Amino acid sequence: MTAIAVPAQETRRRFRIAASPGAWLVWGSVTFFFLMLAGIIGSVVVSSFGRRWFDTWLPESWTTQWYGQAWHEFTLLDVLIVTVEVSLLVVGISVLVGVPASYVLARRTFPGRRVVYLLFLLPILMPPITYGIPLATVLYKYGLAGHMAGVVLANLVPSIPFVILTMTPFIEQVDPAIERAARMCGARTWQVFLRILAPLLVPGILAASILVLVRTVGMFELTFLTAGPESQTLVVALYYTMSAAGIRAQQSVDAMAVIYTSMMLVLLVIALRFVNPTQLVARVKEEPQ
Amino acid sequence: MTALRHRLAERGVDRQLLLLVPGLLCVLTLFVYPFAYGVGLSFQPTHGGVLGAYKDFFTDAYQRDTIGTTLQLSLPAAFLNVAASVPIAYRMRGRFRGKRLLTTLLVVPITLGTVLTAEGLLNFLGPTGWLNRTLMSAGIIDAPVRLTNNYWGVFFSLVITGFPFAFLLILSYLSGIDPTLERAAATLGAGWWPRFHRITLPLLAPGLATTFCLTFVLAFSVFPSAILVGDPAGTTRVISIAAYHAAYESYDYPLASAIAVVMGVVELAVVAAVLGVRSLFYTGSTGGKG
Repeated sequence: MTAIAVPAQETRRRFRIAASPGAWLVWGSVTFFFLMLAGIIGSVVVSSFGRRWFDTWLPESWTTQWYGQAWHEFTLLDVLIVTVEVSLLVVGISVLVGVPASYVLARRTFPGRRVVYLLFLLPILMPPITYGIPLATVLYKYGLAGHMAGVVLANLVPSIPFVILTMTPFIEQVDPAIERAARMCGARTWQVFLRILAPLLVPGILAASILVLVRTVGMFELTFLTAGPESQTLVVALYYTMSAAGIRAQQSVDAMAVIYTSMMLVLLVIALRFVNPTQLVARVKEEPQ
Repeated sequence: MTALRHRLAERGVDRQLLLLVPGLLCVLTLFVYPFAYGVGLSFQPTHGGVLGAYKDFFTDAYQRDTIGTTLQLSLPAAFLNVAASVPIAYRMRGRFRGKRLLTTLLVVPITLGTVLTAEGLLNFLGPTGWLNRTLMSAGIIDAPVRLTNNYWGVFFSLVITGFPFAFLLILSYLSGIDPTLERAAATLGAGWWPRFHRITLPLLAPGLATTFCLTFVLAFSVFPSAILVGDPAGTTRVISIAAYHAAYESYDYPLASAIAVVMGVVELAVVAAVLGVRSLFYTGSTGGKG
């Protein structure tokens, strides 16, 4: 493999010099994208530390008072606790429900398998609003919406399929011979699961949990449709303070946004220790032909 | 009884399938049942007979036009995201220093989510934001360009969150294409363009279709950014805003369900059209994963 890789690199280097206008265009647009991104994030961060910022490049003076104000005014501690509780519940339930289902779908063929697979794929393919509104209506009918239970239930809809899709390749990697050996030694199904598969699947389960965690913390639509005043997560609280702008100082909204971003970045750094970035998005392609 | 169980087991049905039950139960009660309930509700409006809610939606131009508004936003955004990703990913496949850092940086906007992106866009692209300030001091423009609270604000927010997603997907599809195929073409004397257009592009077509669909779904469900950086009463009144208003401001659940159904149908129609066009091209092994 290395013997082939070396000439390949050489051709590419030569090729890059030859096609330099294209290369300039590509790298230029990537740089442009990152400049925009830096501007977007940077302006929020700068604004959150500025005392007043009107028609100038940078704020006149710096302060951290907006963080204190955001913390008290928006009862951020409560919001953060709700966010963590909702996310952990969603992660726990979707892993418990999703992993066994994913095992069956990865290992077995049975009549109706494709229908079941499609059923699990649909919630990911549909925009959250399309099923979120009927779901919220049903949850309100049974008195579940407006509480944390409703938020958790609504967030389970995309999370369970997501766990199933992320876990499938991990399960396929486990050699079925190990399970057969365990069965020959007299292990029952639950024993095979707890003592053979679970330890082998720990990396996959961690990856799936962190991805679901990131998605749940960032999930706006479903939480927004089902949350009551006591069960808002951070994104939804952020949305409400933003859309009620004028009442609050812009900077304290920015401070809240920075708190949200830093929380997401911490989660992201943890997530990237376990998963490859391309895995974050490339998940639907394991579709059976 | 035993005979039946044996015959079922031969076809792959046994007690292990019970492991599917919790997952199926969740999807059925939380996704299929509410959706069916919503469809049922959309056919029981307070007035106008069975199709009253749909009639209300399609006869009221203010409501009907939301379909066009949403498609005008989401189709160009999805197209731009995919079209820009292909050349960039094509150049960046293979190994180079800093690739992991680059892909990590690209994940950042995905996790920021729409609400934070909206806040940042308002600050950055606003009349006194850094972009307008830079352009004005460089002498390119005289008065600030209006880029927020209109179509462009929402469009930018869709590109910021959608482009990294499309790029990472296409990069993973491209790195799944066997590089020896292109090398073989190069030995036969094919230049850069024939190699891309005759070898890589046909092999990438299924991946392109999937990426386009997923990016489109993401852009089609635009909701918070259309309200925050858009013009939610006019040019960016997308269909999800219409559905939300019907449900939570006028409490007309049949109409809201009807809009949600229309939204799902339009989205699935676009996805089906893209997949249909894709099936006209090469289908088969790509020489690798994907």
